[in-house]
Amino acid sequence: MSGTTGTLLARGRAGILAVGRGVVFCGLMLPGIGLLAFGLILLAGVAIGLGFALTGPSWEPGYVRFSLLVLMPFAAVVIVPWLASGVIARIRNLADMTRQLSGQWCGVPIAQPYRPRPARPGTPARPGMPARLLWQLTDRATWRDMAWVIANASVGWIMVAAPVVLTVIGLIGIVRPGTSGGPLVGGPFAGSPSDGVKRLLLGVLFLTAGIFSAPPLLRGYGMFARSLLGPSGSTELERRVQHLSQTRTETIDTGAAEIRRIERDLHDGAQARLVAMGMTLDAAGHLIDDDPKAARALLIEARDNSAKALSDLRNLVRGIHPPVLADRGLADAIRALALDSPMRTYLASDLDGRPPAPVESAAYFAVSELLANAAKHAKAGQVWVDIRHADGMLKIGVTDDGRGGADPGHGTGLRGIERRLAAFDGVLAINSPPGGPTAVTMEIPCVLSSPKTSFS
Amino acid sequence: MRVVIAEDLFLLRDGLTRMLEAHGLEISAAVDNGSDLLAAIRADQPDVAIVDVRLPPTFTDEGLRAALTARKEQPGLPVLVLSQYVEQLYARELLAGGTGGIGYLLKDRVFDSAQFVDAVRRVADGGTAMDPEVISRLLARNAGDGSLTALSPREREVLALMAEGRSNAAIAQRLVITERAVAKHTASIFLKLDLQPSDDDNRRVLAVLAYLGA
Repeated sequence: MSGTTGTLLARGRAGILAVGRGVVFCGLMLPGIGLLAFGLILLAGVAIGLGFALTGPSWEPGYVRFSLLVLMPFAAVVIVPWLASGVIARIRNLADMTRQLSGQWCGVPIAQPYRPRPARPGTPARPGMPARLLWQLTDRATWRDMAWVIANASVGWIMVAAPVVLTVIGLIGIVRPGTSGGPLVGGPFAGSPSDGVKRLLLGVLFLTAGIFSAPPLLRGYGMFARSLLGPSGSTELERRVQHLSQTRTETIDTGAAEIRRIERDLHDGAQARLVAMGMTLDAAGHLIDDDPKAARALLIEARDNSAKALSDLRNLVRGIHPPVLADRGLADAIRALALDSPMRTYLASDLDGRPPAPVESAAYFAVSELLANAAKHAKAGQVWVDIRHADGMLKIGVTDDGRGGADPGHGTGLRGIERRLAAFDGVLAINSPPGGPTAVTMEIPCVLSSPKTSFS
Repeated sequence: MRVVIAEDLFLLRDGLTRMLEAHGLEISAAVDNGSDLLAAIRADQPDVAIVDVRLPPTFTDEGLRAALTARKEQPGLPVLVLSQYVEQLYARELLAGGTGGIGYLLKDRVFDSAQFVDAVRRVADGGTAMDPEVISRLLARNAGDGSLTALSPREREVLALMAEGRSNAAIAQRLVITERAVAKHTASIFLKLDLQPSDDDNRRVLAVLAYLGA
C-alpha cells in the first residue's frame, strides 16, 4: 500500500516539475517568434523602401528619393545580411536551448543538425560575413529551425500550455472556491456560486488532470521538437558519409604507416641479421680446414645472430598481432599484458564470446597504450580494467590511481586510439582531472561470436 | 629415457628427434597434433613429453591445452612446452599445479643442444626449466618490490638462474664460482626474501617462482 502511495507521490512530484518545465517552454516560444517577426519586418521594410526609391511617385521631393536610392541598396547589401545572419544565429541558440532541454526534461535528446562551419585554410575559425551567411542559408537545418519557430508558436506550445492552464484553473478553484472567478475560471465554475464543495472538487479534478497529463505531454512535445529540430534523414546520411570517408582515410593512412614500419623493422632487423649470418657462415666455410678454431668461433657467432633475428621477429609479431590475443582472446591477452606491467592490475571481464578479430585487436592495442600511459605518465600504482559486452557494444573501462591530467589534445597516443576506434564507429571518453584519477571508457559496437569449443 | 614429441612443422620435429637421439634419448612417438599427443602419452607412458604450444587444427594454444589436459590425467607427468614466444600467463598456468616436472622454453633454446638436453633431462626427473626470458620479465615486474632491492647484484644473478630451474652445480659452473659460494648466496637470498630454506633443488625453485608470482 505504502508503495503505491509512494509511486503516486513520485508521479505527482514529476507532474508538478513537468508543469513548471512547460511554463519555461512556453516562455521560450516568445523570443523565437519575436526574432522571426523582426527578420521579416526588416526584409519587408527594405523591400518596400527599395521599391519606393526605384518607382516612387514623381511628387516625392528629390532629396528623399535620392537618400532612399543611396540608403536602401546599402541596407540591402550590408545591413540586412549582417542582421539576418545575427537573427539566424540567435534562432539557432534558441533551438539549441530547446534541444538541450528536450534531452534533459522531455527525455528526447535531439542531435544538432547543422553543417560544420566552413573553415578555409589560413583563416581564423570564424568565417567572414558573406561566407557565414551563405553557410547558414544553404543549410537545410536553418529553414527547419524557422519552420519550428512557426509551428511551435501556432500548435506546439499548446501541448505544454494545456497542463499549465488546467493546473492554474484547478488551483484557483481550490484556493478561492467562493469567488465567481475571472474570465479564465468563468466557464467551469459558473452556475452555482454558492456550492463551494462542488467547486473544490472541480478544482481538484482540474489540478490532477493538469499535473498527471503534464509528463506525457512534455514527452510528446519533445518528440514534436525532434521532428523539426533533429537532423533530417538526409542530413543524417550526409553526416554519416562524411564521418565514414574521414575515418576511412585515417584507417588507410594508419594501415599504410603500419606496413611501412613493419617493412623497415624487417629490413633493419631480421633481414640484416640473416645477411650477416650468411656471410659469417661463408667465412667459416673457408676457414674450416685451415683454422678450425676460428671457424668454430664464427659458427657460434652465426648461431647467436640467428637467435637475435628470432628475437627481432618475435618483437615484431608482438607489435602486429600478439600471439596470446590470437590464442585466447581479449581478456587473457590483457591479463598477459598486466603480468608484464609493474602496476597492480585488476581485470574484470564478462565476455562470453569473442569480438571480431579487428575489433579485438584495436581494443587490445588501445588498452595496451592506456596501461603504458598509466605507468609512464600518470605514475599509477594500480589500474582497473573492466570489459563488458552489453547492448551490442563492447565496453572497456580503464581507471588508474595516477596523477591525472591526460589530455587527448596533447600527444599522439590518445588521438591514435581515438582514430583506431573510429574505424569501427567506436568512441573514447576520458576523464582525467589534474591530480587524478584517470578514467577512460571506450565503446565499440560489435557482436560477439560464440566461444570456441574447448580442447578435449 | 623415453620421449614423446608433438610439433607440427616437419623440419623442427625431425630436427628435434635427431638431436635427442644423438644424445641417447629414445623417441617413442613424434606426432603433429594435440589429440595424437594425448593418445601417444596414454599408450607409451613416456618419461617426458615435448610439446609445441601452437598445433593444428586451431593453431592457437592447442599444444599448451593438450599438455595441461595430459597433466590432469596423469598428475606429475613431466612436460616441456616449446614456443616461438613466451608468456608469463602460460608459465603461470603450467606451474599452477605446484608440482615439478614442468619446462617452458623458447624454441631458440634448441640451438644449444647440450643445454637443451640438460633441460629435458631435468624436467623428466621432476625438475623445472623456465626460459630466461620468462624469468627476466618476472624479475622486471618485481623490480620495485622492497625485498628484491635488498639483494646484491650477484644474488640477483643467482636468483634468476635458480628460478630457471638450475641446480647449484649448474649455477656454479655458469657463474664460474664454487658450489659453496652458490650455497652461501642461496642461503642469503632465502633469508632476505623470508623463504623457507630447503635442500631439495626442485622445492627451492618452486618456492622462488611462487615468490616472484609466476
